[in-house]
Amino acid sequence: MAVVKLHRPKLNFGEKIYFGALIKGFFLTMTHAVKTLRGKSVGAKELASSGLGITMQFPEQRWDEHLPEYYRGAPALVTDEQGRERCVSCQLCEFICPPKAIKITPSEIPSNDRWAKVEKRPLEFDIDMIRCIYCGMCEEVCPEQAIYLRKDYLITGLKRTDMVHDKKKLYEIGGTRVGLVNKWNELK
Amino acid sequence: MPDLLIQLAIIITKIVVLTFIVVLPLVPVSVYFERRFSAVIQDRVGPNRVGIPFTLLGFKKDFHFFGLIQPIADGLKLFLKEDFTPAHVRKAFYWLAPALTVVPALITVCVVPFGSPISIFGHTEKLVIADLDIGPLFIFSVASLSVYGITLAGWASNSKFPFIGGVRSTAQMISYEIALGLSIIPVLLFYGDLNLSKIVQFQADNGWLLLPFWKNGQLGHADLNTLLYWIPAFIAFLIFTISIFAETNRMPFDLPECETELVGGYHTEYSSMKFAMFFMGEYAAMVIGSALIITLFLGGWSVGFGLDAYIAKFEIFGIGIGGFIHMGCFLTKLIAFILFFILVRWTVPRFRYDQLMKLGWVVFFEAALINVFLAALILAAPQLKGVIIGIGSVLLIAVTFAVIWVAKVSEETPKVLRA
Amino acid sequence: MSDTPSATAEMKLPKDLATEKGMVNVQIDGVWHQFPKGTRMIEACRQAKVIVPHYCYHPKLTSPGNCRMCLVQMGMPPRPAPGQEPTRDENGYEPIGWIPRPVIACANTIGENMGIRTTGDLVEKCREGVMEFLLINHPLDCPICDQAGECRLQEQSVQHGRGVSRFIDMKVKKPKNVDIGPRIRLDDERCIMCSRCIRFMDEVASDPVLGFTQRGTHTTLTVHPGRLLDSNYSLNTADICPVGALTSNDFRFQMRVWFLKETPTIDVNCGTGTNITVWTRGNKIHRITPRQNDEVNSAWMPDSHRLNFHYIDSEARLTEPLSRNVGISPTVHAPATWSASFTEAATRIQFFKPEEIAIIASARMTNEEIFLTRALAAEIGTSQLSLVPRFADADALLIAADRNPNTTGAKLILDTEDPYAKLGSIRDGVRSGQIKALLVFGEDLITDADFTADDLAKLDFFLHSSVLANPSSHAADIVLPTAAFAEKRGSMVNLCGRLQRLNQAAQLPGQARDDWEMLRDLLLAISGGKNEAHHVEDIFKALAETVPSFNGLTLSKIGHQGTQIADTGYQIPLLANERARKAAGLING
Repeated sequence: MAVVKLHRPKLNFGEKIYFGALIKGFFLTMTHAVKTLRGKSVGAKELASSGLGITMQFPEQRWDEHLPEYYRGAPALVTDEQGRERCVSCQLCEFICPPKAIKITPSEIPSNDRWAKVEKRPLEFDIDMIRCIYCGMCEEVCPEQAIYLRKDYLITGLKRTDMVHDKKKLYEIGGTRVGLVNKWNELK
Repeated sequence: MPDLLIQLAIIITKIVVLTFIVVLPLVPVSVYFERRFSAVIQDRVGPNRVGIPFTLLGFKKDFHFFGLIQPIADGLKLFLKEDFTPAHVRKAFYWLAPALTVVPALITVCVVPFGSPISIFGHTEKLVIADLDIGPLFIFSVASLSVYGITLAGWASNSKFPFIGGVRSTAQMISYEIALGLSIIPVLLFYGDLNLSKIVQFQADNGWLLLPFWKNGQLGHADLNTLLYWIPAFIAFLIFTISIFAETNRMPFDLPECETELVGGYHTEYSSMKFAMFFMGEYAAMVIGSALIITLFLGGWSVGFGLDAYIAKFEIFGIGIGGFIHMGCFLTKLIAFILFFILVRWTVPRFRYDQLMKLGWVVFFEAALINVFLAALILAAPQLKGVIIGIGSVLLIAVTFAVIWVAKVSEETPKVLRA
Repeated sequence: MSDTPSATAEMKLPKDLATEKGMVNVQIDGVWHQFPKGTRMIEACRQAKVIVPHYCYHPKLTSPGNCRMCLVQMGMPPRPAPGQEPTRDENGYEPIGWIPRPVIACANTIGENMGIRTTGDLVEKCREGVMEFLLINHPLDCPICDQAGECRLQEQSVQHGRGVSRFIDMKVKKPKNVDIGPRIRLDDERCIMCSRCIRFMDEVASDPVLGFTQRGTHTTLTVHPGRLLDSNYSLNTADICPVGALTSNDFRFQMRVWFLKETPTIDVNCGTGTNITVWTRGNKIHRITPRQNDEVNSAWMPDSHRLNFHYIDSEARLTEPLSRNVGISPTVHAPATWSASFTEAATRIQFFKPEEIAIIASARMTNEEIFLTRALAAEIGTSQLSLVPRFADADALLIAADRNPNTTGAKLILDTEDPYAKLGSIRDGVRSGQIKALLVFGEDLITDADFTADDLAKLDFFLHSSVLANPSSHAADIVLPTAAFAEKRGSMVNLCGRLQRLNQAAQLPGQARDDWEMLRDLLLAISGGKNEAHHVEDIFKALAETVPSFNGLTLSKIGHQGTQIADTGYQIPLLANERARKAAGLING
């Protein structure tokens, strides 16, 4: 059976009066306190501590060079090497987005455009960065390799409207990405 | 008539200075210490940013000073927050409760001696607001009123968690008040006085209760009787200190507001300054509790080692500043003890509620009671014949073991009755 | 059956039992069913709740059998040798001899003792093969294709497809983004040559402008040279297109279908009362499609009705009550509150004699609203109550000459043969000054009822409720914003006498109110009574108790397919055509 009966350990007198453990506890906490003040906490070096505890002091010290390859920062739209905006506003990211941060208004590409063949592109593409939870589902679901999570993590603003990234801002963050599948080229 | 006016002015000055300039700022300061100290214990940094933004005024650097301005920022935040009163509360009591918590804690300040008397141009003035002859009793009676605040808060919030918090708080405070009261009887027996100023003066002259190494201003070990009395004094100190932890709802006894079970406990429904008043009440109680422990056991404002008599005579331009040095000593001790409070909070895990009650009723109550008789026996020993002392000791030991036995038996699980 | 001797019942074979009822026995996936003679195999499977995947088959159209998706395995009992008695199992069925190659389920009819297998290795391999062929030249357009999300090709490639393509050559290129009509866009690369659109235009719309050109992989759907796909029923081709080859220009790139909420309701553009589905996201209506109701509109609807919803969120939409008396000047409307508007209306109405007051309501109102209007007229004491007629040419399919959706309901509730009769006398009364106060609900008198602005200016009091701002509301003293057809719940009776239900697809904008609430509150403001109707259901209950035709009904009892409550003798032409084709055995549905 999956039922395991646990018995409380038998305590001896010393343990029962509790003071021993209390003193031990004081020693433990005080050791941490002293180590922290001397900048010798465990892991302080690996985490690039500021010298107090293991904490990095943010605005002065950045962890940019510590960012892992798989880091998920702000989502952004990319253009490809031909300068085409890759997003065709299929709205799958809008659909999958768990906090409903993405809002897309689709539009038709005019027939005189170089990429009229693609037919569709976003007129507006807003990501509410107050809502965004950086889960990366938009990147995963995108059938056009158009949205990527970049390493930008400093998304700040003074107003709510500042925190809504519009299409222009998203392409600015995203930039150009090369080596993607170009299925809209003349030869399919 | 002018005499009376001057008297009145002095009293008001003392109230304002001692309560609002000395004790009340200790609350944010202890909050700051709590945050910094807990951070340091947990390998963190803690609030170290808030300072004076000189860069806004064109200077090169901000003034941080270890984030000491943080308490002001915290207070400002609480003050400016929306003071939200939920629709379902009982309004009158809901509003009354925070005041009932913070006011008793501040009233008790009035009997705490902050330093030796100071003399200004020949006029001697004691550094205590009201030099009552019933100091500790006054503190107990007034401090126990603060339980009404918490109970009312729990009840008036008209919501589950605050209610449970309030009930817990009531039971806990009533339980520990007994141990609290009984534990200082040996101390009072020793001093034979209830005036806190006199108690501190006595300790300054004849050694602190827990450090009896000088007598009449002379260094040297005390007589056998006083040394023996250290044992009941220390037991009293332990019980009293732990009970103060319970009375002030501090970790490890902060069950009325334990977050894991009760959201925020009795103050769940409070916000803004009303919440801040509970917060202040708790920390003020902590300050007063520390002050009381220091006064009764650790010599109050006394510097100790027979130096107090010299210090009391320091004078600059006819103003006796000895009192202020003593006051500084008192505040140092106070902050040290507050740091101890904080260390305990970040070291000891929270008790279970039945353990808390058992500790109060089964351990401390009996221990304090036996301690009273032990203290009395030691105190009376020089006047008693050896036989009587012997019988008394035997009786005391017998009673102690009987109590332990009863406690043990009561702990056994009752046998299941089978028909 | 109980009086039949059990011995004879046992003697009878299943085929004889079925023949008595004009049915045949068919075994589908191992279970025996009975279906009427002449049913197609695919229809029999559908009735047996076994879905056979298909593209070209449509129950309302003929079956050419050109998509080959509905391949199933069929079997018949082996023909007995002369003189040999067929063997039967204990239930009296003959054993089925399965044919080793598949047949299409859409073009074959069932026969006695037939067996159909819709699963199994053979069938599944066939489907996979057909899917692979269909996808060989299909562009990977899904991210930009409006059909994505309701595309048969997507659904069935998930269920029956291979998952990966083995095709390594160049795909065939065909015209994309072709403008073949004012409302329809064609993408030939997406087309799978099912010919549903061709058959629809030929058989239902009687406007055969579509056809295939070229052969083999180059087969191309195209419109007849010199013609456009401009029939008023062209958008139905986009509905029945199983892929994204034909898409609606109106709905093009508006919204992906998976965001849309479907609300079943009815169309209010003519007396037919076409059943529709309103597709909304949030409060915005994105499109309207027909909903199948074989007693009303079959599965179709005219484009003119389908596209007549954009006015709902137009600039002219009224969103708050307006009054002339609250603003800075009595010539300008200013926003007012609802309660102030009702108080003002009730106070003003008291100054007129009952015969000086007239009410003009609309046959676009629901039964509940007409019922409340009747109650309002009774409360005021006026007999001057009329609706506004709206007649235009009928087409030979769905659009009726009477463009009011609820004329029949108005006749029943107002208990008159001609609810429009008094409009002329009211108009004359207004012109002559006999009628001094006019309450108009949901009608634009200047545009639709031959009133002029001068007529309306003569009135002492003019209350107007409307969805949009229009010339009449401009002349009104009090303007009340009300609900459009997709924003309210209620019932209407179509020209055939069928009671049908409207459902709320979108919330009302701003402070606009449901018409029935507006009428109820106005009634209460005049009578000073206590409100007892809290839902539109309460009004319908009162209506069902008062008007005989509605006896015993509730709004929820009507159902999504409607309930016949009166016999008017009106025939919907499209249904007559359909029944004739069904009788001829051309179609099945």
